[in-house]
Amino acid sequence: MSTQQVSYHGVGVSAGRVIGPVLRMPDPIAAPSDGAPLPEGSTAQAEIERLTAATQSVAAQLKARAATATGDAQGVLKATALMASDRTLLKSASTLVSGGTCAESAIWEAADAVATQLAALGGYMAERAGDVLDVRARIVAELRGVPAPGIPDSQEPFVLAAVDLAPADTATLDPAKVLALVTSDGGPQSHTAIIARSLGLPAIVAATGTTALRDGMQVFADGISGTVTTNPGAEQEHLAATYANREPLPDFDGHGVLADGHPVPLLANVGGGKDAQAAAAAGAQGVGLLRTEFCFLGRDAEPTHEEQVQAYGAVFEAFAGKKVVVRTLDAGADKPLPFLTDTTEPNPALGVRGYRTDAASPGVLARQLAAIAQAAAEHQAEVWTMAPMISTPAEAGAFAAMVSAAGLPTGGTMIEVPSAAVLAGGILSRCDFVSLGTNDLTQYTMAADRQLGTMAELNDPWQPAVLHLVKATAEGALDAGGKPVGVCGEAAADPALAVVLVGLGVNTLSMNKRALPPVAAVLRTVDLPAAQRLAALALEADSASEARRLVRAELPELDRFGL
Amino acid sequence: MAERQAVIGSRVGLHARPAAIFAEAAAEAPVEVTIALEGEPAEDALDASSILSLMGLGAEYGTTVILRAEGEGAEAALDELAKVLETDHDSE
Repeated sequence: MSTQQVSYHGVGVSAGRVIGPVLRMPDPIAAPSDGAPLPEGSTAQAEIERLTAATQSVAAQLKARAATATGDAQGVLKATALMASDRTLLKSASTLVSGGTCAESAIWEAADAVATQLAALGGYMAERAGDVLDVRARIVAELRGVPAPGIPDSQEPFVLAAVDLAPADTATLDPAKVLALVTSDGGPQSHTAIIARSLGLPAIVAATGTTALRDGMQVFADGISGTVTTNPGAEQEHLAATYANREPLPDFDGHGVLADGHPVPLLANVGGGKDAQAAAAAGAQGVGLLRTEFCFLGRDAEPTHEEQVQAYGAVFEAFAGKKVVVRTLDAGADKPLPFLTDTTEPNPALGVRGYRTDAASPGVLARQLAAIAQAAAEHQAEVWTMAPMISTPAEAGAFAAMVSAAGLPTGGTMIEVPSAAVLAGGILSRCDFVSLGTNDLTQYTMAADRQLGTMAELNDPWQPAVLHLVKATAEGALDAGGKPVGVCGEAAADPALAVVLVGLGVNTLSMNKRALPPVAAVLRTVDLPAAQRLAALALEADSASEARRLVRAELPELDRFGL
Repeated sequence: MAERQAVIGSRVGLHARPAAIFAEAAAEAPVEVTIALEGEPAEDALDASSILSLMGLGAEYGTTVILRAEGEGAEAALDELAKVLETDHDSE
């Protein structure tokens, strides 16, 4: 094997440096064509034998995996092993083979019938229909002699390489087995990036060319610089060892503060009651973004008033006496809802989404505000309410009026459309606070789709133009009498960028709870004048990567903590 | 033909885990065992060693099912299997 090093450059979306063998995410199994005939020259008898052998082999693999698993996973694997060798399934597939259908098409059709039957039973059984389809795909993969679908199984920890990961893949990802994630596609806001940050796994996305990585190749994955290097040598081994020996981050003590005592409250982004409890336990000083979609997604109809009151109340309960910023429903674009959004829009990111759905489907927002108000009255949290996708001061004023009509004390707006950042002063003269949603603000400022891996370099919150809009927003807030400005996008979770945001005049930062310790630790190493100086450096940079490099070079503590 | 009635003892019904335990036990029996919901004709009975058939039965907690088998050892096998069905495997 060649010892020549090849480096692939992408975007580091979750810090960490590791060396390990690559395993590729296999391609999904394509459906065999309906009722395809027996292979040329084969007999039904031979085909049934081939199918039987494949089912036994899949059952044996699943049984072996069950033997090394524990708890619930073991039970599920045992049951799926039995499904693979199920006599009734094999019998009905064999009947189809006897009628002249090939093994792949026969097992596909036979399993389909079983899955449909289970789905019809509803509830728990309907969920098991997915297991039957997974077993079916494994049997077809075995028949075709290709790797089984899903995250590869291995005794040894590995670097998972993929084009991009879907939410269903990331749900089965075992953080004890996966060392790092590398994708050739996807961007900083892709599912891969979000799951990597929440599991604390190093991740590099949009690393074009990593499709050339093959199973078993040793690579150095660097989630800090965003590179993947094959045939790692002494230099990479040193970097990985330094990272492994990094100083452990102190737990967050619940006080976000700069070195000079300047307070920067650190809040959490949450999506439900359980999440809120975990964030409170992690020391979050409040909730800077409650995504209310959790209550609406996956439903055909609007949730009832009582359901909403209970769902929001579960979050308020975890933060008695503390601030909870509720974002009203943000449907549309990548979060369609059947009762609110039109999925035929040619360009949904620029269509009816967020606050705009109120004009298209009036009533849902007012009912949501009424539910928030009742939940707020039943709990002790300090509830602030804001609307997503506000574009003009007039919209901000109209929303603030709705908030106040619902009997809620504090109404604000998200700043994610560039027009809102430019006119932040006017917006803040009509409402109480703003919160910067840097993910969408970046996509709209740079005209770069946040779901597109090829746009990753533009779609980076370090882009100086985005930082200028953050600055304009903070200045608008000062002009309006010093009203609060928060950041609740992924940018706040990057410790180096957090310093820049504070230097630009942001008052509070809200993030995934896992980001609280690193952000708190790095903020404590700079005073306000230093943060302002670093912000000025970033504003003057000619690209996102230069801004990042200039600022990181001034923050030596990042290395100490391996960030 | 030996026959036994059994009442599903697992709180969650004949779902994945209890079904897996029962299917394995049925596969180990020296005779072929069938299972049907009470009141269903014997010719519609399903293979008791098939986890997919068991799950498709939709038997909930408290449902009565009929086990049937023929041949040497059938009586003992059915006694054993009825016991498995009547145990609450999710309380273990």
